[in-house]
Amino acid sequence: MHAVPLSWYLILSAFLFVTGAVGVLVKRNPILIFMCVELMLNSVNLSLVAFGRYLGHAGGQMLTIFVMAVAAAEVAVGLGILISIFRSRESIDVDEINLLKG
Amino acid sequence: MASLLTGQGLLFAILALAALVTGILTVASTNPLRAALFLVGNLFCIAGMYLLLNAYFLATVQVIVYAGAIMVLFLFVIMLLNLGAPDRSRDPIRWQVPVAILAGLVLAGVFGVTIASSVGAPTPPSEIGTSGVAMGTTQGIGKALYSPSLPWLFPFEVTSVLLLVAVIGSVVLARRTTPAGGGK
Repeated sequence: MHAVPLSWYLILSAFLFVTGAVGVLVKRNPILIFMCVELMLNSVNLSLVAFGRYLGHAGGQMLTIFVMAVAAAEVAVGLGILISIFRSRESIDVDEINLLKG
Repeated sequence: MASLLTGQGLLFAILALAALVTGILTVASTNPLRAALFLVGNLFCIAGMYLLLNAYFLATVQVIVYAGAIMVLFLFVIMLLNLGAPDRSRDPIRWQVPVAILAGLVLAGVFGVTIASSVGAPTPPSEIGTSGVAMGTTQGIGKALYSPSLPWLFPFEVTSVLLLVAVIGSVVLARRTTPAGGGK
């Protein structure tokens, strides 16, 4: 078969995941952190679909559908939280949102 | 790299390069608007890879839901809260970015070594799934999703409840409570 080897998809997925993880660690704006989380979720979706295709299992794509649905719900609720935080204070720098800090 | 010369390999190389570049630019941008647009490009590249992997329904859903709804929601919130200002405002921890990049490279190295040493390059099987319908098409997804013998029916119903909860929750979170007369 002249197809692309599975390990290429997995390595690409790993690099995208690591890029998103570095972004989550470094960024200070919650919207940018959110977007890096979405990048990580997408990389995992890619590896799920690649495994599903190369092992002939339907579970790869099915699990990806559920990950997408949960990601959509999470984005809606998370942005709602962000908006309500931004209403009570002007900046959304995550270092300043530390009311629970002991 | 003999498989790079085939059509699929070349397409994969182009899409992978585009996905990597847009991913890195998403993380490296300080402007949230630019980062959102780079992420949209990344989502399109991943949708192209879904097409390469014969996941036709998923590629369409990725473009419609992820790039077309979730990222539009992001852009709405960025525009609504006027978050176009760059990211770095107060004094950051000086060693944070280099240490994070170093940790990321270590993690990428661990992933790469694990993948390269364990995956035995299975050849992709033919496209026909278990029930006689091709797996990545809408028909195949439907048969897998709604068949009672497979475990995907219950998560499907639970996901519908989850989406309802998310809709109600986001409306409750984002609405304005009026100071006098009581919020309703």
